[in-house]
Amino acid sequence: MTTNKRTDGRNFDELRKMEAKVGVVSSANGSAMFKIGNTTAIAVVRGPKKLHPKFLQNPETGRLRCFYNMVSFSGSGDRVRPGPSRRTKEINLVMENALAPAIDLSRFPGSSVDVFVNLIQTDAGTRCAAITAAAMALADAGFEMRDLVTAVAAGLVEDQVLVDLNYDEDSHEMGVDIPIAMMPNEDKITLLQLDGRVKKEKLNEAIELARSACKKIYKVQRAALVERYE
Amino acid sequence: MAKIIREHIHTLLEKGMRQDKRGLLEFRKDISVEYGISPKSAEGSARVRIGETEVVAGIKMAIAEPYPDQKDRGTIMVGVELSPFANNSFESGPPSTESIELARVVDRGIRESGAMDFRKLCIKEGEKVWQVFIDIYPINDAGNLRDASSLAALAALKDAKFPEYDKKTFEIDYKKLTSKNISLEDEPIEVTVIKIKDDYLVDPSVEEEEWLDARLTVAFLKDGDICAMQKGGNGMLSTEDINKMIDIAQDKVIVLRKAL
Repeated sequence: MTTNKRTDGRNFDELRKMEAKVGVVSSANGSAMFKIGNTTAIAVVRGPKKLHPKFLQNPETGRLRCFYNMVSFSGSGDRVRPGPSRRTKEINLVMENALAPAIDLSRFPGSSVDVFVNLIQTDAGTRCAAITAAAMALADAGFEMRDLVTAVAAGLVEDQVLVDLNYDEDSHEMGVDIPIAMMPNEDKITLLQLDGRVKKEKLNEAIELARSACKKIYKVQRAALVERYE
Repeated sequence: MAKIIREHIHTLLEKGMRQDKRGLLEFRKDISVEYGISPKSAEGSARVRIGETEVVAGIKMAIAEPYPDQKDRGTIMVGVELSPFANNSFESGPPSTESIELARVVDRGIRESGAMDFRKLCIKEGEKVWQVFIDIYPINDAGNLRDASSLAALAALKDAKFPEYDKKTFEIDYKKLTSKNISLEDEPIEVTVIKIKDDYLVDPSVEEEEWLDARLTVAFLKDGDICAMQKGGNGMLSTEDINKMIDIAQDKVIVLRKAL
């Protein structure tokens, strides 16, 4: 990282090539595909439907449930063992937290809205791609949304702030990974995680970088939704 | 509600019709196979579409010890996850009986065909062999996941390349694929024929599958030989039924084979 370019030739504030498509799974209430570099996420929304088991039902409000899944051949090394790991369960939770503020769940008491995301291939940034795809799928399902949700990982490699880390950068031993989700129009952050050691100024720099990156991703999301519904 | 759909299917069939206007023995028109859909991660991968039904399959390889009774042979493992991702009525959790059956039928089609020479997956007899994982994920269930899954598994195998490995430690470098394919001596393809009352149908919709009386999945080799079969559903089949269903299936194999 002594030069001013990254291993894959990008600038520090440059996102990988993106692709988005809405309405990719006809049997779902809503669905979307989001691809950034070599990370591909497909999200589907099923529900609102009655929440089972019954004791989980809340008569006051509905519940958003997320199911993140790296398919077994999507890892960058060994086969990923199917079934939820502790990592997956945590991601499900932070995804729920990232997406729930965008929809009004009180309109669906006793119900669940289930979001399933399959990662077909991965090159870091999977939870962010999952959230970005899921938000489009929720919009496609017809939920009234306060805003879209857009996510990207900012980070540091050898003290250099950068955005949309690839696998090499993400697994760098001196690296810091900061996944961030935001509602771009509301300008509110709904997911923030951090792994690694970082100074406060650098963190602010990283968040700023993520914020402008999210605006670019938002344009791609929006264009995909417009394409579907115009 | 369910009953209405059933009656609707029956009434249509009496007139020789189906919900989507297809003929009883007509596959959906748009069948496609796309190779290398996960090139960064998987050793081989493919996407199959039959109409709106979509299935992805991927190959991961590992080096493991052989089974004690098959010291000079590698192994394959087929997995199918029927998760609620693809269909509202599938449940999360451990593999359902239905998904296990589906996986095993795909597995048998490949294994029993003799298409793969498991001896060629042997690295060092009695010590190290290749393990080939074939994992299938339905993306959208608009009916006939069976035929789509078996086609996707075969396509992913065709797409697969062995990764490089260290000849001493047997550690795999998944970032480097060799140019070596998994050699396939044949291409087994499965076709499912279902029976509703007295009618035979191919390429069923989700509703037709829900109300079928019986189904028969048949795997064919290139020369027309059969290498696997599986009867499903609660209904009964006469030998006449079975013969007719095999003939129908054989007639339809070409539709799937030419998509490869």
